[in-house]
Amino acid sequence: MTTGTRTRPATRARDRRRDRRRDRRRRDRSRRLAAVTLAVLGLAVLLVPLVARLDQSQVDLASASLPPGLAHPFGTDDLGRDVLLRVVYGLRVSLLVGLVAAAVSATVGTLVGLAAGTLGGAADRILMRVVDGFNSVPHLLFGIFIVALFSPGATAVVVSVGLTHWMTAARIVRSEVLTLRSRPFVDAAISGGSGRARIVLRHFLPHLAPHVALAAVLMVPHAVWHETALSFLGLGLPPHLASLGNMINDGARSLLAGDWWPSLFPGLFILLPTLAISTLAQGWRDRTDPRRRSELQL
Amino acid sequence: MIRALARMAVWRLVFAVPLLLAVTIGMFALAKASPFDPVRQYLGDRALTTSPEVAERIRANWGLDRPLAEQYLTWLGNLVRGDLGDSRSLHRPVAEVIGDRLGWTLLAVGCALVLMLAGSLVAGVLAAWRRGSWLDRVITGTAYANEAAPVFWTGLLVIWIFAVKLRWLPSGGLTDAAATTVEPGDVLRHMILPVVVLAFSQSSWLVLFVRESLIGTLREDFVVGARARGLRERTVILRHALRSALLPFITLLGARVPELVTGAILVESVFSWPGVASASVQAALSADFPLLAALTLLATLAVLVGSLFADTAYVVADPRVRVLGVS
Repeated sequence: MTTGTRTRPATRARDRRRDRRRDRRRRDRSRRLAAVTLAVLGLAVLLVPLVARLDQSQVDLASASLPPGLAHPFGTDDLGRDVLLRVVYGLRVSLLVGLVAAAVSATVGTLVGLAAGTLGGAADRILMRVVDGFNSVPHLLFGIFIVALFSPGATAVVVSVGLTHWMTAARIVRSEVLTLRSRPFVDAAISGGSGRARIVLRHFLPHLAPHVALAAVLMVPHAVWHETALSFLGLGLPPHLASLGNMINDGARSLLAGDWWPSLFPGLFILLPTLAISTLAQGWRDRTDPRRRSELQL
Repeated sequence: MIRALARMAVWRLVFAVPLLLAVTIGMFALAKASPFDPVRQYLGDRALTTSPEVAERIRANWGLDRPLAEQYLTWLGNLVRGDLGDSRSLHRPVAEVIGDRLGWTLLAVGCALVLMLAGSLVAGVLAAWRRGSWLDRVITGTAYANEAAPVFWTGLLVIWIFAVKLRWLPSGGLTDAAATTVEPGDVLRHMILPVVVLAFSQSSWLVLFVRESLIGTLREDFVVGARARGLRERTVILRHALRSALLPFITLLGARVPELVTGAILVESVFSWPGVASASVQAALSADFPLLAALTLLATLAVLVGSLFADTAYVVADPRVRVLGVS
């Protein structure tokens, strides 16, 4: 079917309604799938370390480089460690680092955005130029720079992600503050004698919280991605820690010998939660703010 | 139009100079806050056997005993004069390292860009044209998954399939390990996988964008009008709808340079491509400040050039901006 036959406005409108219904059905389905995926992964991350019989760091050279099978569903790596168990632990480590880093960058972004939006004038202009400046240095390179000059480790990774990812939150908070400023209840608060600090704390922050929360949630996949990239390059978490990036880095060694499983599964465990989180976040955004409805935003 | 362009270029330059200065100050401050001692770093294993006097002499030679402001100004002065310093890990002048490697990066990234544009346009147009079909779902699904997948992981999978299993193409490097000279055919074979992976990893946003934008445009009255005049479907889509749907993409493309740099760093590292991007990782692993600083500046410059290009292209492409000026 080509769209070439739709000429009568009524037909076009009906087609469009049908398209929209079908899209909504598919979106709902993918959102349910995303929620289930996240729930399963979340449960695995929380529960598996409690019930696992094997130790993820247990080296067992007798069963090294086994392909996926019954005893080891995801196979074992070149040191005989169970890949499934390590992937779950790796997701735990990566998510933890990602959450902390996202929280740090959301906090920094909120502070900068609040300052820019509330102070206005020259302070606003300067802060926004700073945001532009930070955006002009490619994030990963900036992150590499930071990690290189401070000893690699969890702190360096968190600082590096925090310093390179706060700009989005700052932009969002600033623009929200600018619209909040002109709302009547702010005028009312000012005429009631509230000072700047009180307005920020009691009136701005509660309105900003959902926006910041969404930005922070959306930041988590980015933060995890950043951590994985740094770890993969050998600049992230220490090699003995089972982070997803370290595992892909380790897997690259056995890949040339033909073992695909030590690198395939950690990558899948980055891909799945990222897709799930962005699908759900998109749904949330559509529901809370119909103006920003978009299929482009990921 | 020329005046508008010139005004914009000047405006960009005015913004670029303080920005680059700020970047140099930031980098210098970070380097000074770093716990690593560059002299120890430089000496490596020999640090244990080198007498403190010699280490002091190196320190004085590098000017590390001077006040911070003076050190910064000396470094900046050298940068402006084109003296980028010496790489401490490769023991060569930084300018020479970059000169050797920049060409390979530009070659790979340039080819990847061309491939990405062509591929995404075709995929995006197909998806929008056959909206809702299985083809559309495969294309959008792949694009979303690709956006979420780390590029180094995609690269490894591609290596496993095409280099390890099928043995069609080499897994990395610029030439065969045994080769003594750089032959174009050999380089071409080594280039295919990294270029395709880089292009693919950068393509998803463009595919989704082209699709979205074209779907919107296909509903507009001028497209309906073109169809009503009995034009062929191909003409309507390619000449009428696509042209107007692509306008915003020019600006977006220029704004994507940071992602391109990130992609280049990872792809070059996975495929051991001897470009500037993978050099930044090597520099980082050995805390080689002069090299890392020069590469960071280079990348920042690339981002600025990208955004200038975006605005220029917009002026040239959009007749409204061309006639009425930049609003």
